[in-house]
Amino acid sequence: MDVFFKKKASGDMAKDRLKLLLVSDRANCSPEIMEMIKNDIIKVISKYMEIDAEALDIQITQTESDEGNGAVPALYANIPIKDMKNKGNNE
Amino acid sequence: MSEVIVITSGKGGVGKTTTTANVGTGLAKLNKKVVLIDTDIGLRNLDVVMGLENRIVYNLVDVIEGNCRAKQAMIKDKRYENLFLLPSAQTRDKTSVTPEQMKKLVDELREEFDYIILDCPAGIEQGFKNAIAGADRALIVTTPEVSAIRDADRIIGLLEAHGLKQIELIVNRIRMDMVKRGEMMSKEDVVDILAIDLIGAVPDDEHIVISTNQGEPLVGNDSLAGQAYMNICHRILGEEVPYLNLDNEGLFKKLANIFKR
Repeated sequence: MDVFFKKKASGDMAKDRLKLLLVSDRANCSPEIMEMIKNDIIKVISKYMEIDAEALDIQITQTESDEGNGAVPALYANIPIKDMKNKGNNE
Repeated sequence: MSEVIVITSGKGGVGKTTTTANVGTGLAKLNKKVVLIDTDIGLRNLDVVMGLENRIVYNLVDVIEGNCRAKQAMIKDKRYENLFLLPSAQTRDKTSVTPEQMKKLVDELREEFDYIILDCPAGIEQGFKNAIAGADRALIVTTPEVSAIRDADRIIGLLEAHGLKQIELIVNRIRMDMVKRGEMMSKEDVVDILAIDLIGAVPDDEHIVISTNQGEPLVGNDSLAGQAYMNICHRILGEEVPYLNLDNEGLFKKLANIFKR
């Protein structure tokens, strides 16, 4: 019931923020490189569908590995689709 | 056998110099022959924390440049005759010394001392590179704050890249009342994030401010911080010491607990 009255304790917030922050710090991915990855992704996906390049969000996060050897870095991308082109394979 | 320990943090103001003074004094109390080197050239601080600021004649840069011998520049502590301080230069900058020169000096001092403890400047530039050049072991000081932990993580990465194997963590300025309320990360949280071995947990204790005012390290006295620092010294020597209960509850409550038993 605490959920309704209390915000998340700031100690936990600090821990969560740090975990995310350190993954991208350790991956040594500079904002420039992230920008380049982002632009390349836009180029590739745009061949097949119309996407909202402005709203595209990519970041490096952590995820549990399938092999069960703890958390591994993962590239997370949220790419809003405006329109499916279905170019070329319309019968 | 001698050991060279660098005390570092990345971020400034987390307690490197206080830790250096207390760990060094504590090891001297345990009958080790110790020299503390202030490697923060241009921003001399360790001398005032040790209360030795009035005795400086020569400094680190004088030794490196050959203006004097290391023996002449080292100041003997007021209380412990097996404790020495090699102060930093106030009117020079970090580029006055190279990592190679520091390593050579430290290796010479190994012949005479059990422990050589280097107080590293904040940052990751030249001063940091000088301080870690000859080190066998690093103690990372951090506080339970996002910015300090982030910098500590970066420093750990740089130390590992440098080839340093033994890297241990001191979590400083813990406020147990806040940890209990969930408003501060615990030492376990910090260890979980940084993934290195813990060697000390020091409470946020007003006795530290008082001891710095007086220029007398508090290690080994009966304050919580004094005990915490002494425990770090024992752990440096390889002894297993349980962690203190940092819960600084009032005397009344403590008495109440005794009667409860």
